[in-house]
Amino acid sequence: MKRDTLTRVLDAQKAKQPFVLAINLKTHEQVELTAKLSGQEDWMMAEVHEAIRSDKSRTKTAPDGTPWFFNVFNPPLRLVIIGAVHIAQPLARMGVDAGYDVTVVDPRESFASPDRFPDVTLRSEWPDEALENIAPDARTAIVTLTHDPKLDDPALLVALRSPAFYIGALGSKKTQNARQERLSEAGFSESERARISGPVGLDIGAKSPAEIAISILAEITQTLRRGHP
Amino acid sequence: MAECRMNARSKPLDNNVLAQAAAWADAGQKVALATVIETWGSAPRPVGSQLAICQDANFVGSVSGGCIEGDVVTRALDSIETGASEVLEYGVADAMAWEVGLACGGKIKIYLEPLTLNPLIPDPAAGA
Repeated sequence: MKRDTLTRVLDAQKAKQPFVLAINLKTHEQVELTAKLSGQEDWMMAEVHEAIRSDKSRTKTAPDGTPWFFNVFNPPLRLVIIGAVHIAQPLARMGVDAGYDVTVVDPRESFASPDRFPDVTLRSEWPDEALENIAPDARTAIVTLTHDPKLDDPALLVALRSPAFYIGALGSKKTQNARQERLSEAGFSESERARISGPVGLDIGAKSPAEIAISILAEITQTLRRGHP
Repeated sequence: MAECRMNARSKPLDNNVLAQAAAWADAGQKVALATVIETWGSAPRPVGSQLAICQDANFVGSVSGGCIEGDVVTRALDSIETGASEVLEYGVADAMAWEVGLACGGKIKIYLEPLTLNPLIPDPAAGA
């Protein structure tokens, strides 16, 4: 790989743009490709689109019989945490380790301080406004942790209208039932509300904030890899 | 000579490998990249997984569960010296299975290449 190509891969990652590097395995020729590119051969662009869509790098044989490797560099998965509370600290750290671009949202700036949350993006807008700006896509997970309907509910209203692959809400069964009723009154159907995982996380008997973070990240992983239960 | 030191924690795991490769290159170190390009059976790391190797054999990332990294690093140091790219194959069917094969019974193809500072000028005489 050329040093310049490496720079362009890293720049695309920063700009959250997908990037594909195609390598001719016989001649070692390398071609840099993006989804918007024109002028390349059709079969090659078809592989580029499919690699980006499926998020899977692959080896394919060109019409002339030459093997090519398509290495896709998609933007990182995103994890948005509402509430800069204690559980959010280990969850943010573990999220970074699991490859997520992590954002923590809390209008209470004493909670969402860079000292408490190194390595992540902090936003101090109200959760619904923050989520509108973040614009969650199908590669985004959203978790609400504040316990406070004033903060959690506005976030969930935006989350439920987004294609986010995972939506989780902290709270006991009783809290979940009350929340489901409020969301029902806000006009969300039962199947729409069923997208919310609550009580949040896999049932592993987690007690401490770090253990609860593990159970949440495990459920996010399960949903990412196997789909919503 | 500066060492191939690791950066402290940085963001996403898979980008980490390339960010570390870039940091090594910027520090004047020679670097090679190994990428999983095909797998069969129960290969431990998916296609696209990468390993960056610095000239002093320090490395970051992975292309298997640790089964073949040792051999890939050795070959990467050759690649850094010669500037040549190649496709490596590992698996139970491989003659080297006893030494560096995959215990899990999988088979992996790796693309190994040096990080080149200047654009390579294609040599028409080289051919495939």
